[in-house]
Amino acid sequence: MSSSGLKYPGGEPQAGGQRPPLLALDHLSLRIHDTPILHDVTLGLAAGEILALTGESGSGKSMTAFATMGLLPKGARPQGRIALHGTDLLSETEAQMSARRGRDIGMVFQEPMTALNPFHRIGDQVAETIRIHQKTSRGEANRQAAETLARTGLDPAKIPPSRYPHELSGGQRQRVVIAMAIALKPKLLIADEPTTALDVTTQAQILDLLHGLVRSDGMAMLLITHDLAVVAQHADRIAVMKTGRIVETGPTAQVLAERKHPYTRALLEASAHQPHLTPKAPGAPLLVAKDVVRSYPGRRAGLKRGAPARAVDGVSLTVASGERVGLVGESGCGKSTLTRAILGLEPVQGGSITLGGQPVGSKGTRRQMQAVFQDPYGSFNPRHRVGKLVSEPFHLTGVAPETAIAEALAEVGLAPEDAQRHIHAFSGGQRQRIAIARALIIRPELVIFDEAVSALDVRVRARILDLIAELTNRHGLASLFISHDLGVVRGITDRVMVMRAGKIVEQGPTASVFDNPQHWYTKLLLDAAPKLPPLSGGGDTDAGWPHAR
Amino acid sequence: MKSLVLGAVLTVLVLAAALLSFAWTPGDVTSVDIPARLQPPSVQHLLGTDHLGRDMLSMIMTGARTSLAVALVAVGIGMGLGVPLGLAAAARQGGWLDETIMRFNDLVFAFPSLVIAILVTALLGPGAINAILAIGIFNIPVFARLTRGAALPLWHREFILAARTAGKSALRISVEHILPNTTNLLIVQGTIQFSLGILAEAGLSYVGLGAQPPIPSWGRMLADAQTMVALAPHVAIIPGTAIVLTVLGLNLLGDGLRDRLDPRLQGRAA
Amino acid sequence: MMGYLARRLVSLALSLVVASAVIFLVVEVAPGDPASFMLGMNAQSDTVAALRSELGLDLPPVQRYLAWIGGMMTGDFGVSYTYRAPVAQMVAERVQVSLPLALLALGLAVVIALPAGIVAATHRGKAADLGVVGATQLGVAIPNFWFAMLLVLLFALKLRWFSAGGFPGWSDPVMALKSLTLPAVALALPQAAILARVLRSSLIDILSEDFMRTARAKGLSRRQTLWRHGLRAALIPVLTILGLQFSFLLAGAIIIEQVFFLPGLGRLIFQAITQRDLIVVESVTMLLVFAVIAVNFLTDLAYVAADPRLRR
Repeated sequence: MSSSGLKYPGGEPQAGGQRPPLLALDHLSLRIHDTPILHDVTLGLAAGEILALTGESGSGKSMTAFATMGLLPKGARPQGRIALHGTDLLSETEAQMSARRGRDIGMVFQEPMTALNPFHRIGDQVAETIRIHQKTSRGEANRQAAETLARTGLDPAKIPPSRYPHELSGGQRQRVVIAMAIALKPKLLIADEPTTALDVTTQAQILDLLHGLVRSDGMAMLLITHDLAVVAQHADRIAVMKTGRIVETGPTAQVLAERKHPYTRALLEASAHQPHLTPKAPGAPLLVAKDVVRSYPGRRAGLKRGAPARAVDGVSLTVASGERVGLVGESGCGKSTLTRAILGLEPVQGGSITLGGQPVGSKGTRRQMQAVFQDPYGSFNPRHRVGKLVSEPFHLTGVAPETAIAEALAEVGLAPEDAQRHIHAFSGGQRQRIAIARALIIRPELVIFDEAVSALDVRVRARILDLIAELTNRHGLASLFISHDLGVVRGITDRVMVMRAGKIVEQGPTASVFDNPQHWYTKLLLDAAPKLPPLSGGGDTDAGWPHAR
Repeated sequence: MKSLVLGAVLTVLVLAAALLSFAWTPGDVTSVDIPARLQPPSVQHLLGTDHLGRDMLSMIMTGARTSLAVALVAVGIGMGLGVPLGLAAAARQGGWLDETIMRFNDLVFAFPSLVIAILVTALLGPGAINAILAIGIFNIPVFARLTRGAALPLWHREFILAARTAGKSALRISVEHILPNTTNLLIVQGTIQFSLGILAEAGLSYVGLGAQPPIPSWGRMLADAQTMVALAPHVAIIPGTAIVLTVLGLNLLGDGLRDRLDPRLQGRAA
Repeated sequence: MMGYLARRLVSLALSLVVASAVIFLVVEVAPGDPASFMLGMNAQSDTVAALRSELGLDLPPVQRYLAWIGGMMTGDFGVSYTYRAPVAQMVAERVQVSLPLALLALGLAVVIALPAGIVAATHRGKAADLGVVGATQLGVAIPNFWFAMLLVLLFALKLRWFSAGGFPGWSDPVMALKSLTLPAVALALPQAAILARVLRSSLIDILSEDFMRTARAKGLSRRQTLWRHGLRAALIPVLTILGLQFSFLLAGAIIIEQVFFLPGLGRLIFQAITQRDLIVVESVTMLLVFAVIAVNFLTDLAYVAADPRLRR
């Protein structure tokens, strides 16, 4: 299924062939203190092969990687075998493992923003990998480091090795991390969610880079990701993990097509899930933004300030009553700033935003507009009970009646008794339900969903999306759905706007924008998003746009 | 956990001694008995007598009163003014109010605190009230800075955004959401400033700028002991030990409370 | 970078101006007229008036303030009312005691705190850590002047290794250093305890940073990771505390000078206060404030040197 034979030099390896595996995990179990983390994990990885280890958060995929690196947290007790070239890594001394790390096994981490030492130049950080393991002069190590950085796509003319990490973007920093990991051409590369923290266009570039490097150097890669679309595009074989166990392994195409194991099937279906929206004719304009400008004071240069930076640069948009609108864009495009301006939380320097004819931020508009935010763990004051949290918007009209709280909780699938409990008793998905209850309790006309499902695992996300679709259908709510995730926006909106560098570059009915994009940036975004192959033999096969992250 | 218990026990003991001294002390701290001066600890005088023959245990108990009162009021001044200033600065981050408050903080921090305390008490006259003022003034920026520092990240948390979306005023959000989520930090810092206040009061009294005779104070007892230390070491050792135990108790209590109230640890317990 | 430092410099200069005004005001409103104090209780009022005008005390406050500040800028700290000697000269003599004392204490504190903090952080929860944590708890709880008294009791009175106080002057450097040893130890102890605590907790934080894990993934051993990647980052908060503690060190020195009868700035300021020698009080206090602000600026410079993120 993969086109990588052409795209990446080196060709396809014989996946899981007859050769003795490069890496073999044999009945690996792990406890941290008294908590069991992994159970009997058995995996093989052949030389030159890309194996994706996938599963939801907490499934143990990262711990499997750290066990292989010998970098488990304190109190961890692994059992079983982790064999590299037939040598059991678990029985090696710390000194022996140190000699292997960076030389035999390289690792790429999830968070490029924090993975580099902020005090050292990037060239020195790459050269360090070389100098630890080889008796090389400083000059020679620096030369090799510069070469490796260039291989990862950091043009020395633009990003010289003398730069510090804070001078680089997230994607560029991830390239430095990759350079550190591949500097000595290790046989095995472990990539732990290498693109989860990155934008979709950057993600595509980093994945292509990793894929290309692995193929051309003949490395094997253990790719850890929660994203099945990434798996589909890049892995030769796949291993699905659930609560510390491997539930299914096999060649990627076969596993994704056959979906034998119910858990794999559930994950795939959730990934491709589209909630049901009843078509509606939009009513009169409700939210109207005209030529909105939000600028920040320029960076201070000495005692003077530079020119102000425009985060939102002349944006006009309309959300009609009952209409469901999406706003997509990558980080830094200004969508968060615009959202805060619409909510009346930040002043604007130009233009106007009105809701039902009144400027936003006035008391009348507060009642008509509510919001659901991204972080299910940060959205609630941990000191209050659910009843009080849910009824917070009611301070505008007085005290919330008990019945309204019970009704709001029931509407999002929770019990009235939950009002008496504290927020920490609830899971991430339940918390987003409570956030939705809080937004709906005073029956607003418009709800802003600001990355409201981005922090959730696929199966939970699918259920929350269903809930949102059902509630907007039932109450005729207008919604503005802000997300970096194209797949999510596609399923839940009638109309979509694409934002880039403070401006809206394209808008139109969701289906036509996605199927027939006009602006080059929209095309780029759509092209960069990894895709799941069409599902066969399942229920809904409308998988043209799985979630893109 | 151990440090919390030990700290609480020590603190309660000192507090009890101070309170008890209002009602009863083993001896009279104002009666001078020169023939009985500098006696080592005995059954009659459990901690011995000082250079004027006064019962050391009684002096320590009454001195605890002075130390605790000065430090407590100084912390009260610092919290009472510093916390609202910090909350206001955070609510108006980057505004002129924030700038003014932070510059004022920088200014107070630029002064060598005890130097100014010495200056103020020396020029305005030594005494407990001026000592309280001098120590209290330097507690204001400590609490203002701490409160602002804790409040700023809270203002960017989504539950504050939700409250703002619900239309609540900055004042109401500060009181209802921000303050309750900073109390843990304030309690911990409060015990630390309390113990620093006790050390500062002892220092001021030692150089003769704190509470004036006949009010007993630990620092003053040490000053009186300085010339006697070769003759009767206990007159120097006992008040110093009292200070160390009190400060130690408060610090342990603060550390214990920090571990106990740390929201990261709290989440784990839940 | 220049921008950051320029802004800090302006803000520090502003602090100096405001601080000088505050000091002048406090001294101004303080009760007690230097002239009457110098002449004693029975002085004639016209004699007092004459002295006041000789000292310049009859001029309007604003004029006196400006004259004082202008003088300080050019190194003229005024003339002591009591001793009729230039304040600058008196200060210069006393600084020879106070500055070496402070530096000795600071050095001692750092030398004790660095290994203690590192050992504690790298052996977290083990006996060495518990020992260091316990010692620092005790260290911050002990008033330094009391510790000084105990040192005198043990090393001067019982063992007779050191003298109990006084300062022989720098003509005999060995004796001079010897007489500063006990005071420096007394001053250094609480400082060392604070520094060790800060270093320990900042190192513990740094040890859990992502980039430390990256360093291990390259193949560095724990020890190498600590020395090459951890220590530099962990020393930044220590730097902050060093800067902040400097003013406490000064204050501590003033009290310690009392314990050991050292003729330093602290004793000078106490004498001046009791004698209402206001010009000495003002100038010495201003000097101390200037020292604290200068040290804060040096701390800023050190930050910029240590952290590339500030260099833009």
